Amino acid sequence: MKVQAWPLVTILLVGAILFPLYWVAIASLTPEGRLFAQPTLVPDALVLDHYRALFGERDFWTPVRNSLVVAGATTAFCVALGAVCAYALARLRFRGKAAILALVLAVSMFPQISIVSPLYLVLRELRLLNTYPGLVLPYLTFAMPLTIWLLVGFFRQLPPELEEAGLMDGAGRLRTLWDIILPLSWPGIATAAILTFLYSWNEFLFALSFTLGPERHTVPVAITLFRGQYQVPWGQILAAAMVATVPVAALALAAQRRIIAGLTSGAVKG
Amino acid sequence: MASIALQRVSKTFHNGQVAVRDVTLDIADGELLVLLGPSGSGKSTVLRLIAGLEIPTSGRITIDGGDVTRVPPQHRDLAMVFQSYALYPHKSVRENLAFGLRMRHLDAARVAARVNATAAALGIEALLDRRPAQLSGGQRQRVALGRAIVREPRAFLFDEPLSNLDPVLRVATRAELAVLHRRLSATMVYVTHDQEEAMTLGTRIAVMRDGAIEQVAPALEVYHQPANTFVARFVGSPAMNLWTCASSRIEGRVRLASRALSIEIEDTGAAVPDGIGVSVGVRPHDIDMVPHGQGDGAGRIEVVETLGSTTVVHLRVDGSPDELVRVIVPADTPMAADQVTGFRLRRDRLHLFDARTGRRLAGDSVRRP
Amino acid sequence: MMPPPPATAGGSWRRDEARFAWALALPALGVIGLVALFPIAWTVWESLHLHDLRMPWLGRPFVGVANYAEAMTDARFLDALAHTAGFVAATVTLEMSAGLVLALALDRLARARGLIRTAVLLPWAIPTVVAALAWRFIFESPGGVANAALVRLGMAPPTWFADAAAAWIPLVLADVWKTTPFVALLLLAGLQNIDRSLHDAAAIDGAGPWQQFRQITLPLLAPALLVAFLFRALDAFRVFDVVYVMTGGGPGSATETIAIYTFTVIMQHLRFGFGSALSVIVFAVAFLFALAGIRLLGGRAFEDRPS
Repeated sequence: MKVQAWPLVTILLVGAILFPLYWVAIASLTPEGRLFAQPTLVPDALVLDHYRALFGERDFWTPVRNSLVVAGATTAFCVALGAVCAYALARLRFRGKAAILALVLAVSMFPQISIVSPLYLVLRELRLLNTYPGLVLPYLTFAMPLTIWLLVGFFRQLPPELEEAGLMDGAGRLRTLWDIILPLSWPGIATAAILTFLYSWNEFLFALSFTLGPERHTVPVAITLFRGQYQVPWGQILAAAMVATVPVAALALAAQRRIIAGLTSGAVKG
Repeated sequence: MASIALQRVSKTFHNGQVAVRDVTLDIADGELLVLLGPSGSGKSTVLRLIAGLEIPTSGRITIDGGDVTRVPPQHRDLAMVFQSYALYPHKSVRENLAFGLRMRHLDAARVAARVNATAAALGIEALLDRRPAQLSGGQRQRVALGRAIVREPRAFLFDEPLSNLDPVLRVATRAELAVLHRRLSATMVYVTHDQEEAMTLGTRIAVMRDGAIEQVAPALEVYHQPANTFVARFVGSPAMNLWTCASSRIEGRVRLASRALSIEIEDTGAAVPDGIGVSVGVRPHDIDMVPHGQGDGAGRIEVVETLGSTTVVHLRVDGSPDELVRVIVPADTPMAADQVTGFRLRRDRLHLFDARTGRRLAGDSVRRP
Repeated sequence: MMPPPPATAGGSWRRDEARFAWALALPALGVIGLVALFPIAWTVWESLHLHDLRMPWLGRPFVGVANYAEAMTDARFLDALAHTAGFVAATVTLEMSAGLVLALALDRLARARGLIRTAVLLPWAIPTVVAALAWRFIFESPGGVANAALVRLGMAPPTWFADAAAAWIPLVLADVWKTTPFVALLLLAGLQNIDRSLHDAAAIDGAGPWQQFRQITLPLLAPALLVAFLFRALDAFRVFDVVYVMTGGGPGSATETIAIYTFTVIMQHLRFGFGSALSVIVFAVAFLFALAGIRLLGGRAFEDRPS
């Protein structure tokens, strides 16, 4: 291929990647009647009707709040428990480590569908269906292994001499972890937190299965269950889709380097 | 200050690698013992065993007579200077120095006093509020040193502390370490692969190979009376020249001959058994160039390296075409490549080793300086 | 100076370190055990029983492998399997190819790297439901932009989502659109690990760009390609979100994948025993992929420095 062809390829590919998002964004600002009539690349009239309806008539705030709470709680739990677990796996000496790491990786590959039914029954027993904990707990299934796997890789990259220097200075294992390792770990922890939040915000199957009513639906579920009186309210659906996209898009924009580094280190699954 | 002792200490890693074999070592209170050896010799592992960063597979480690084999590093009260310095990147220099003292629950006033005093002694007061990332390599090295000194530990452990410095700084810091040792009368265990560092710093040197100690002795003894061919070639630069010769007795003298040379020495006793192979060793400084035809052997000059104060001549010797013999001559000796010349070994500077085991033969003719 | 070192009660401090390590690790591992291992064990156990919530009077008798036998003869299940296999083949092929091309293009970027990488990252970052809805909207008949474009080109597009075969196209496109970025980024990392000087040396030796690609790039990229392939195949096999939102498995059950069918059996038909058997089958296949993946990552991922 000639050298000049590559920039063209890049532009085409990037254009193809961004087009659907652009299209959805434009559509969410297009009056309902015009949505399927003669679509043009560049819009001539933009309105905010759909967004107003979304938050006015439909109370989209509730799903947004639910998603924030669930994703936030999942992230907090995962980081807190997962970081120290990852440290133990990365740096401390004890038997069974390789088996545990293999187990963690294996769990991250569980098909979600395979554990929906027992989780449903358990949550029903514990009366946790349609509650926040009832969603955070299942989310830990995929979020915890992800966090552990990421942070094990990260901790392994820290120079071991730092902990050894701490030991020689008289600090015990706990002190070394708290005073030396954790302050230095915030890049890795930030990456893990961002990825966990992203996955939790986007999650669909568990949210669909374990929430029963609009008071606890998360954003992805709420959008899917939009019903119009006479027809599918595409305008509002797409507006909701944009709202669902904004937080994670912002995260991706702000932290793209971290995210990419986290994704490509140690083969994190998509 | 404390004495440290290792008794029959061995260390085998989980992957089967034997790092330390049955090492017994006594380090006296106040001495600077250098662990010298090539990479893989186990010297760093021995240091880490003393520090407590590794647990011995067998054997005992004592400090001041007390058994510390089962004591974790944070309770051994030793200070270590790492090759990479291992300064805490998120703490200031002051906090780096203070960390160990805070771990020992010294009150803030005492901590501050000691930190300032140590910083002053090392000339790094101006750096106290900086982070390690803002320091140069030499400055970081000083902070690493300061972190160890400020704790007033029972002993100091150094893991190749100078290897990351440029050559000029290395020599200067080496001298400072020697002064430090004298001033503190501290027990120090120092790991290096640089034999020059070992010679200049060590009270005694322990030469290691493949996990075992080949020789432990004061520096000059290791230089002048190496215990085997490995030590002989490892210490001293350029390395000692070695020839394998056959020995025979003739009229009260011992004759050592190979295809390259033939010399006779006095028969000083039964130490040179008849008929066995003898490795004859001579340092480059102890060979004289003589006109071709005279001397113990002859050869063709292949390379002349002029170093300024001295010149190293590499000879391709007749009869032993595989190895080059190195000779050091004064700088102004007229010399050219491809010139043929003879060479003579100084009889009072010969080292004799058993060619099979490499061990030094007693009763050789080397006089102590 | 220093108080004498405290005698560690009994054995070496290795035990203390191990105890400390377990204290740190147990909370997270306990959670994983609770929400992942326990459920999967339950699913396996459940799959050996008859458990139909629509007929609670039947109780929950042990039926051995009856559920699995039923699955093997269930036409709908076998269809779903076929659908899924086709989906995996189509998406993985497209994603790997497009991902490779994109990775090569990104590798050659001279400017605006961060901006373009962010743009490329967006499809991966957004919720799958958004991707599904976006592509549904694009392909909606009669007024969607895809139809408009095709008509402009003189073709007569089908009613996508009413056509059993055609419905796959927007599905595959949506999945490829969403996941190609991940593949591309993975491969880009692999590309950037290849020493530039290898290409320089090859160029001096007279190799053209295509030859360099075949002789240097492709072989050295093989590990990354393999990892990307395995993970994508695994994910494509488990696909649920995009199908559920876009077609619901329809028209009828024409685009029903394994995960969709299992979900239907459990959450709609309420047949937990049978559904568990299906879940186990899905799990088993995923496990095989996972094994292959772990083998590939190599034992090194699980080892430490020698200690």
